[in-house]
Amino acid sequence: MAAGVAAWLPFARAAAIGWMPVANCPMPLAPTEKNKRQDELIILNVSGRRFQTWRTTLERYPDTLLGSTEKEFFFNEDTKEYFFDRDPEVFRCILNFYRTGKLHYPRYECISAYDEELAFYGILPEIIGDCCYEEYKDRKRENAERLMDDNDSENNQEGSMPSLNLRQTMWRAFENPHTSTLALVFYYVTGFFIAVSVITNVVETVPCGTVPGNKELPCGERYAVAFFCLDTACVMIFTVEYLMRLFAAPSRYRFMRSVMSIIDVVAIMPYYIGLVMTNNEDVSGAFVTLRVFRVFRIFKFSRHSQGLRILGYTLKSCASELGFLLFSLTMAIIIFATVMFYAEKGSSASKFTSIPASFWYTIVTMTTLGYGDMVPKTIAGKIFGSICSLSGVLVIALPVPVIVSNFSRIYHQNQRADKRRAQKKARLARIRVAKTGSSSAYLHSKRNGLLNAALELTGSSDDEQHISKSTSLIESQHHHLLHCLEKTTGLSYLVDDPLLSVRTSTIKNHEFIDEQLFEQNCMDNSMQNYPSTRSPSLSSNNGGSTSCCSRRNKKTTHLPNSNVPATRLRSMQELSTIHIQCSEQPSLTTSRSSLNMKSDDGLRPNCKTSHLTTAIITIPTPPALTPEGESGPHPTTNISTTCSNIVKVSAL
Amino acid sequence: MFTLQSESEGLQTLGIVVVVCSSLKLLHYLGLIDLSYDKIEDELELTTVCYRPEGLEQLEAQTNFTKRELQVLYRGFKNECPSGVVNEETFKQIYAQFFPHGDASMYAHYLFNAFDTAQTGSVKFEGFVMALSTLLRGTVHEKLRWTFNLYDINKDGYINKEEMMDIVKAIYDMMGKYTYPVLKQDAPRLHVEVFFQKMDKNKDGVVTLDEFIESCQEDDNIMRSLQLFENVM
Repeated sequence: MAAGVAAWLPFARAAAIGWMPVANCPMPLAPTEKNKRQDELIILNVSGRRFQTWRTTLERYPDTLLGSTEKEFFFNEDTKEYFFDRDPEVFRCILNFYRTGKLHYPRYECISAYDEELAFYGILPEIIGDCCYEEYKDRKRENAERLMDDNDSENNQEGSMPSLNLRQTMWRAFENPHTSTLALVFYYVTGFFIAVSVITNVVETVPCGTVPGNKELPCGERYAVAFFCLDTACVMIFTVEYLMRLFAAPSRYRFMRSVMSIIDVVAIMPYYIGLVMTNNEDVSGAFVTLRVFRVFRIFKFSRHSQGLRILGYTLKSCASELGFLLFSLTMAIIIFATVMFYAEKGSSASKFTSIPASFWYTIVTMTTLGYGDMVPKTIAGKIFGSICSLSGVLVIALPVPVIVSNFSRIYHQNQRADKRRAQKKARLARIRVAKTGSSSAYLHSKRNGLLNAALELTGSSDDEQHISKSTSLIESQHHHLLHCLEKTTGLSYLVDDPLLSVRTSTIKNHEFIDEQLFEQNCMDNSMQNYPSTRSPSLSSNNGGSTSCCSRRNKKTTHLPNSNVPATRLRSMQELSTIHIQCSEQPSLTTSRSSLNMKSDDGLRPNCKTSHLTTAIITIPTPPALTPEGESGPHPTTNISTTCSNIVKVSAL
Repeated sequence: MFTLQSESEGLQTLGIVVVVCSSLKLLHYLGLIDLSYDKIEDELELTTVCYRPEGLEQLEAQTNFTKRELQVLYRGFKNECPSGVVNEETFKQIYAQFFPHGDASMYAHYLFNAFDTAQTGSVKFEGFVMALSTLLRGTVHEKLRWTFNLYDINKDGYINKEEMMDIVKAIYDMMGKYTYPVLKQDAPRLHVEVFFQKMDKNKDGVVTLDEFIESCQEDDNIMRSLQLFENVM
């Protein structure tokens, strides 16, 4: 029941009185409306724009946000209105849905924004009215294609391809020649042979010098053997290609029915039929006809050229317009041919011997070719002939814009896809920058916090304020959250900032045996030793990590008593594995083999209390120095050991 | 100039064609024939009737509804019939939306005739609201009289068996084809027999208004069910 007629329900129920005298059985009890409220106006404040409607209007659809009690969550007691912090433009459509029962999709709206709003208000997009449904579906399909493109490319980038079997690899290679060099080679080879085959067919018929006997021979007969060999080679290649495609196709039946495979078959069939048939005079006529089909090999180029495919697709989609053109032309031809025939009937030596003979004249005239082999001689014939040519121009010109617009639409669609692919790199780079931006903000603030804390410890509390002001409340809360996470796991985020060394150097002057100082100094030291420390962890970009590792590999110095094969650490390409480290006591005597915590009682409490886990690990951390068991703020000797135990980080 | 007979023949053909076309144009110009293709556009609805009801106070005085109820009723009415009157088509469509499984068109037709007291073919808001007032807030007598009016299809003051059959069949139609138990062929007829046995006091084959009212008042079921829709608004 449509919501709009809900207002007529009282009428329908009242009209039911007409059944009462007729009924034999007693009627059921009517439902009573508990806590029946008088209909009241509701104010919906959407981002400042106030919409008002009756409560009952909204309650027509009780399974949406506005129709159910869910909207009470948005009720603002002070202003006695429902406040939604959403887009007011889209809300207009949504409210109209409640009012009229029809959901419309405005054309200027972005499809994903609209979908989000619908999802928020709990309305299914399927109820969009017929007037707007087509548009909505089209835009949604485009969007889905775009997302799929992105997903595909991401999958490709990650390189995490599921292992395909031979068949699937071959099929992929065939469909997309850019996947591997072998596919590319195959692509070009087949293209070359198609060209060779087509040129052979053409050159075969060129007259190639005379043979004594005054007969000009076409090249095909003069060098019959050579051409035959060439033809055989081409057909071999084509056959092999076809069989390979057939083997690799995921659905052989579908492949065999596809247009391209039919073209392939038609291209190679004449040769085999020619082999099978002997030089029989009776069938040689048919044999000659078959050779015509060899020209279809040129259509094999459509696999190589996208423009050709677009053209073919356009013609297919304009089939109805082309049909209309043909039909109207036929009508006009028949009319004019009849008229011309009767007009020219009497004139002597007239070429217009019959109506079908006049067809030729009519076609030639209507398409403004005008060969001149048939011309009218009577005055009436000339008059009708001129009318014929004028109308021909009009009739042919009519469907052409439709075909052109179809072509341009399809062409632009393809352009869009290409443009999207071209911009994809830029887009992904943009996304990556945004991601790193947010995480580097965190680390930046952490450094600031570190500085603050250090300054606090020194007692210079006046300076701390002006540093922390730079972050907003939300940012600081977010950073606090990340910080808590670090604390929970005992790890911390990798920082890559040469500035840090500058900062920490200021702290070095204060001699603290505090844990964090050690860590800082450690880091500082590691920075100095490996100024190009990169943090691969901030983005899920594998490329970064590989570069990091490769760089590290160059600067490896091995610990004399390290039992851990450096490769083990270095091999961790995945940024998700985390090794716990907590204590970075300089008194750690163990080598890197024990990646567990080694506790030194003296410094254990420090570990717990240290709040800045700035000890950061990069993947293979080749410490320059051997771990010596010595406690004390000697940056150069001990710090690196602490670094060494710290392992990896995961990106947030 | 005309060397050959055939050429003059061709010109004669041409001349005939020209004369025929020009005479057709002349007739079209004179208005005797119409050569234009699209006739639909000529028959535009020049006036869309828009009717407004009398004031709210008057309606409140005439009916048993409060102002608020009238407002709600009018809003619903105007939503479906922006022109202010409801014709039979719209009436049927609206009623059919309440009974999607069956065919409510016949019953809606009878209802419409009952609403349309002046038999004008359209029901204005006043008529609509007054009938509703009778049905929902009226006395038992008024309700029964209205029901009698509904059953009396030809408005001659008597209900005969054919009229009752039509009504009962229309009611059964609203149920649709897929019922349990399946509707038997003679169920409406039996129903009508039962009805007549109850209502037709003097067994003359027709039911008059007084018979109807009297019989209904005797039947408790009917009395109870008449009160069923009291607080529909």
